[in-house]
Amino acid sequence: MTDTATGTAPRRTAATRAMPSALKLGLSRGAVETKMFFREKDAVVFTFAFPIVLLMLFGSIFAGDLEGTGVTVSQLYTAGLIGAGVMGAGFQNLGIGIAGDRDDGTLKRLAGTPMPRSAYFIGKIINVLVIAFLEVAILLAIGVVMYDLDLPSEVSSWVTFAWVFVLGVTAAALLGTAASSLPRSAKSAAAVISMPFVVLQFISGVFIPFTQMPEWLINIASVFPLKWMCQGFRAVFLGDGGAALELTKSYELGRVALVLAAWVIGGLVLCLTTFRWKGRRDG
Amino acid sequence: MTNAIEVRGLTKRYGDVQAVSGIDLDISQGEVFAILGPNGAGKSTTVEILEGYRKRDSGEVAVLGVDPARPTREWRSRIGIVLQSANDAAELSVRETVRHFAGYYPNPRDPDEVIAAVGLTESANKRVRQLSGGQRRRVDVALGVLGDPELIFLDEPTTGFDPEARRQFWELIEGLAHNGSTIVLTTHYLDEAEALADRVAVIAGGRIVAEGEPATLGGRATAKAVVTWQDGSVETDTPTETVLELSRRYEGEVPGLAVARPTLEDIYLKLIEAPRD
Repeated sequence: MTDTATGTAPRRTAATRAMPSALKLGLSRGAVETKMFFREKDAVVFTFAFPIVLLMLFGSIFAGDLEGTGVTVSQLYTAGLIGAGVMGAGFQNLGIGIAGDRDDGTLKRLAGTPMPRSAYFIGKIINVLVIAFLEVAILLAIGVVMYDLDLPSEVSSWVTFAWVFVLGVTAAALLGTAASSLPRSAKSAAAVISMPFVVLQFISGVFIPFTQMPEWLINIASVFPLKWMCQGFRAVFLGDGGAALELTKSYELGRVALVLAAWVIGGLVLCLTTFRWKGRRDG
Repeated sequence: MTNAIEVRGLTKRYGDVQAVSGIDLDISQGEVFAILGPNGAGKSTTVEILEGYRKRDSGEVAVLGVDPARPTREWRSRIGIVLQSANDAAELSVRETVRHFAGYYPNPRDPDEVIAAVGLTESANKRVRQLSGGQRRRVDVALGVLGDPELIFLDEPTTGFDPEARRQFWELIEGLAHNGSTIVLTTHYLDEAEALADRVAVIAGGRIVAEGEPATLGGRATAKAVVTWQDGSVETDTPTETVLELSRRYEGEVPGLAVARPTLEDIYLKLIEAPRD
């Protein structure tokens, strides 16, 4: 145990090169994660195709205007399902995906390589951003082509869209990462993660307008980020006419920003304190 | 001589269970070292502490001169770990997987050469999910040796293999050892330890109960030989004399003659019986 630099590596001739950077490896992991995601049909259907199918379905069933606001029901669903789609790409995809990685040995293997741990998370972030971005693009395309959704023309609307998207996807991804430690195995992950997400969609105004919900349920939904994310997206895509549909007759963008930012910070704290690189079986 | 691994007084406890209770170990550079022991003997815990996966309770450990409780990327790049059971990266092809993992190391071996070395060239474009169990283990080995490690950990590498696959696997390990890598191997198969290892340690009840070359482990070389023939058998320190005498008695060929030393398995079973409480 004397000179480890030279003593233990007699057969090495090449000078030791520098460690690959965390950013480079993060990008490489992002590419691999995304490739694996789209090859795994279950995951694609579960997190990616679900909101798209629902939009086509609801859009076809419910037609017509809402109380003379100039907003159609299908437009309302487009905005709501964009929120649900972003949340799914972050929360559901990561919650189930990381639980799977913990169960199938991915995390253990990676922890045994010189890959910096941050590269794993950078890869997951890229994966989530790609899925969320594609999802929003497809939902918007369906909304525009089939349900007369008008894309906003003002820059300010797109600025709103950008910050709601970034804050929303970040909060959802952090919550999903934290939630991934809850299921005991990959098999139970789909149920443990999806159940609360489905309930949240129903009480957060994705499918059912708040005007038809009891107050206590609205209060519960207001704690979680999905309600605020959807509200932000409605502000972008339904415009001033739609504001009349909100409970407070306003999109409350300030509060949207505040609640989502609080979830980003809370989610980060949860991740840092609870993330496990080992499965429960590994002790 | 430099030791690849030095362990002094290692202990580890899980709740009420003392998994490792005072292990000392020196494994020198370039050695193939096998760790044997029944399930729950502390074998995996010991190896996982050496690999930097687990924290120890007490004792001193140096792996390639570094405390594995504080693993650095540089240290990780010098060791290779072949995991016992993993089903990850199932949707990538063998080549995609190996190429991706090569990016983690500062001086990786050529991915295609590594794939060839583990005998997977023909399956290189197959998804890992489609591989047989034996082929899957070969991917694990490929990923373990990809960084050109000085030290390789193999955890029960041939469990579930058919006999032919095991022989081929042994050749692969011998090739790695020939390269000068230190290899630490845990196994349930005594013939595997005998075929591959320069030295073996038997762990039972959280302690090392015997350590040495496979041929001499537990007094195996000096143990009495058993000479058997058609009409009897005898335990003796001088089997040659016995055979010569028998040969005179039968005036030439001894019918049904066999001379046997205790097998590694006999010794092993005796060793792990003793300390069980």
